[in-house]
Amino acid sequence: MSSVLYDAQGPRAKRRNAVLTVVFVAAAAALLWWVFGTLKDKGQLEWALWEPFFSGSEAWSTYIWPGLLNTLKAAALAVIIAMPLGAVLGIARLSDHVWVRIPAAVVVEFFRSIPVLVLMIFGLALFAEYTNVSSDDRPLYAVVTGLVLYNASVLAEIVRAGILALPKGQAEAAQAIGLRKGQLMRLILLPQAVTAMLPAIVSQLVVIVKDTALGGAVLTYSELLSAANTMSGYYGANIIASFTVVAVIFIALNFALTSFASWLERRLRQAKKSTGAVVGANDAQIAGTTGTGAGGI
Amino acid sequence: MFDFLEDYDLLGAFWTTVQLAALSAVGSLIWGTMLAAMRVGPVPLMRGFGTAYVNIVRNIPLTVIILFTSLGLNQTLSVSLGADDVETINFRLAVLGLIFYTSSFVCEALRSGINTVPVGQAEAARAIGLSFRQVLGLVVLPQAFRSSVVPLANVLIALIKNTTVAAAIGVAEAAVLMKEMIENEAQLLLIAAIIAFGFVVLTLPTGLILGWVGKKVAVKR
Repeated sequence: MSSVLYDAQGPRAKRRNAVLTVVFVAAAAALLWWVFGTLKDKGQLEWALWEPFFSGSEAWSTYIWPGLLNTLKAAALAVIIAMPLGAVLGIARLSDHVWVRIPAAVVVEFFRSIPVLVLMIFGLALFAEYTNVSSDDRPLYAVVTGLVLYNASVLAEIVRAGILALPKGQAEAAQAIGLRKGQLMRLILLPQAVTAMLPAIVSQLVVIVKDTALGGAVLTYSELLSAANTMSGYYGANIIASFTVVAVIFIALNFALTSFASWLERRLRQAKKSTGAVVGANDAQIAGTTGTGAGGI
Repeated sequence: MFDFLEDYDLLGAFWTTVQLAALSAVGSLIWGTMLAAMRVGPVPLMRGFGTAYVNIVRNIPLTVIILFTSLGLNQTLSVSLGADDVETINFRLAVLGLIFYTSSFVCEALRSGINTVPVGQAEAARAIGLSFRQVLGLVVLPQAFRSSVVPLANVLIALIKNTTVAAAIGVAEAAVLMKEMIENEAQLLLIAAIIAFGFVVLTLPTGLILGWVGKKVAVKR
């Protein structure tokens, strides 16, 4: 095994690596030993606390599936609303007119510099005060509002990056055959940009799924994380077990999305038909000229 | 119309936000650099650990991690991080959770910086007989850090915004104060504007300054 950073290993390097491996394993084992010791002392490894997840479907059908469904519902609603909004904002930022470009830029930069949680709390109070949304629905509305406001501005940056990533010749050729600005955007640039930005959009989904958990912890929206909380109350304070199961579900879901995004990116970069313009998972955050947002987190 | 602000410790709440962000930034920079070194290093087991850590941790919602530090570590396993009162304990737990989460993004930002260093640099360093530690410490990392300033700035800005998640375990920072103010006062839009302004003040200059620094120090190739 070798890389550009180090040479193929000779006998001395091999010995040193072996020593490092042993030290690392020892440190990890010590840590694990301590963790298991504490868990055992506190009785968290009792089978009774883990059993609900492995025998019978009650824990799944009563707590986990409904929670997961609510998580996906909020995330899906947020994406469906944020996508067109983001596209409009992103295209507006590229407008030739200053009075369109500047307000769009201000909106995007503003919402990107504010925490999603603040937007959610604001949404909750807004719906309570100015609308007659029932108090049962309010958390969902607030979560979606917060996610939409934040992610529309992130998606706007992705759209902008996608259009800017296209080779200049595309726009020039379209102008040369006499297409108007609207036609140029609708017929030539957008269809290509949509493919280019697919990987970035998919990896933004991970951010959205993760942020729904805020709704459970702070806004009493009954999603997956809050399901873990009620569940551990019901099954006799099995916090560790409940959280482990929920974390594993989140990891599996998001890991699938991340892997899909990078597979898509690889595939698009290799595609012979495309213009070679791809906005990858990490490019979206670089796209913002002032660098105020962090698309990936 | 700003009268009600005298009843609330606005600056104190944002000071807590800044403290959370600063401590977590330092912690995750250290741990993230170690992770990045592991991920590019010659020991297969450490490489595997680094990769697994990053892929697992960044796919867990920060809210789950922070809530777990309080419910799991503190209340179930009685980890108190050497503090006595609830407030200090929760603050330290929040910092721990933020470091745990953010360092995986720091690691990825640094790795993207390492990838910008031309292969020839590392090859030349190896050719004159430098060891892995020297190649990384003297040649690659100094250049990688300089081109990582902008991605690291993005991580820092996300971290500043992520400190609000500490609200989930009751650390008295800006989002908690916002909730409290909204409950007691009838000035929703004004309160939201003030809190939003506070975050814009924290994040916008950070992005602008570090973006400028990033351009300034990046190795021109």
